[in-house]
Amino acid sequence: MVEKLKVTEKSVYMNRRLFMRTAVLAGTATASTLLYRRLNPPPAERTEGDKLATELKAPKEEAIKQGYAVSDALTPLDAITNYNNFYEFDTSKSGVAYAAKGFVTRPWAVAVEGLVNKPRVFDLDELLKFPLEERVYRLRCVEGWSMVIPWIGFPLHELLEKVEPTSAARYVAFQTLLDPERMPNQRTGVLDWPYVEGLRLDEAMHPLTIMATGLYGETLPPQDGAPIRLIVPWKYGFKSIKSVVKITLVADEPPTTWNIQAPDEYGFYSNVNPNVPHPRWSQATERRIGEYGRRDTLLFNGYAEQVAHLYQGMDLVKNF
Amino acid sequence: MSDLRFAKLVVLINSLVPLVLLLWDVYHKRVGPNPLEFATRTTGMLTLIFLSLTVAVTPLRKIFGINSLVKIRRMVGLFAFFYGALHLLTYVSFDRGFNLISVGQDVVRRPFILAGMTAFVLMVPLAITSTNKMVKRLGGKRWAQLHRLVYGAAIAGVVHFWMLVKSDIRLPLTFAFIVLFLLGFRLFVKYSPVPPSRANANPIPRE
Repeated sequence: MVEKLKVTEKSVYMNRRLFMRTAVLAGTATASTLLYRRLNPPPAERTEGDKLATELKAPKEEAIKQGYAVSDALTPLDAITNYNNFYEFDTSKSGVAYAAKGFVTRPWAVAVEGLVNKPRVFDLDELLKFPLEERVYRLRCVEGWSMVIPWIGFPLHELLEKVEPTSAARYVAFQTLLDPERMPNQRTGVLDWPYVEGLRLDEAMHPLTIMATGLYGETLPPQDGAPIRLIVPWKYGFKSIKSVVKITLVADEPPTTWNIQAPDEYGFYSNVNPNVPHPRWSQATERRIGEYGRRDTLLFNGYAEQVAHLYQGMDLVKNF
Repeated sequence: MSDLRFAKLVVLINSLVPLVLLLWDVYHKRVGPNPLEFATRTTGMLTLIFLSLTVAVTPLRKIFGINSLVKIRRMVGLFAFFYGALHLLTYVSFDRGFNLISVGQDVVRRPFILAGMTAFVLMVPLAITSTNKMVKRLGGKRWAQLHRLVYGAAIAGVVHFWMLVKSDIRLPLTFAFIVLFLLGFRLFVKYSPVPPSRANANPIPRE
């Protein structure tokens, strides 16, 4: 009798073993699932922005002719707000929306200074008083994908005219906010902070160049460059600097962030050009977000008619 | 079920988890605005993870003395090949539209594609010779020699990843450290002048 009790009954032992094994299987599988979910997070929930009223500039056919609109289908808002290159917040495109959530954009001011007669600091509310227009532009990222985005904003030349650039001004330099408290990834050395960009003055004065304060009828979401950003539709997306706090008119070509990072890969001009490959990949085609296959990339992103004259006689391979 | 078979089952299930979740996400259209990039990136990352796990087996065995780990290595290695093949397939199909000429041009023109292709090509003979029959046919020593190609695959895979990122190299750097450590461990063991355990076992008389 005693002898018999010493040995755990086989069925009990087997049950315990089965239980342990089931626990191990379930536990590790759960851990694997959580790990996968961490690496591939679902899209972030979006906070709605304020409504922005726009003026209708021209009938659609006229707008398309001037480059202010395109007939291509718009990229869904969800894609525009969950697929972002904004290294100040995160280097993963799906992570920016999370990291930028709650980014405080008020108070906000943009200083416009340098070689100008009337340097001024514009408060965001003043900037929102410029007559806002809707501009439906293609956006071509240097990485080989593109979107069609209904921006809201005003031409940059209207802002520059207010400060009266002097005759010595030949370039415009832009700077993003530097504040690691609010832009957490600025604590890393992924890029040289603050992000800086630049345009030639004639590029900055071009009617297609706008300062955007919104998209899809609302104020800009943080992940898309709130509260105000540059849009230059014929250049690769990284030229369209986000969350701008300073605009300086200068005499010489200003330094630009990606050019500092990799001078042989990203030039000052960075005009969209299917014939000039990036050293590591072709720029001949692009993937329009929401489409399968790839479509041909257009010279100057399809704005050649409006902007080609700016580069007359220039070697676009050399001035990439 | 023996403990070994159970361990294999655990590895099998966990290796399939990402595939199931990936298919689940594709089916429910939860793959972000650029599903093709998502699929390529995810399968690429999985390939690197499984390659790293494969080359981690020997160091783990030696450091912790768990020799039975070698018995699950084949499965882990085959999953590296499987996810690598999926990764290549997403590129050849979605990115190049099955245009093999375009793939060839890409390999020649773009070093990072060449590196990735090298990693995959190196894994092919390893997958083919992964059966017990092939081990016997080749003989253990030659088989082991052939399977050192996995080091090349792991290095080429990390180089491939490193070359394609724009500026944030933290993740490729992490993989590089892991792979370098795992390969460096082997070199250390091989060339370590005085293996600690045998230091006094077989003293060589000196004059």
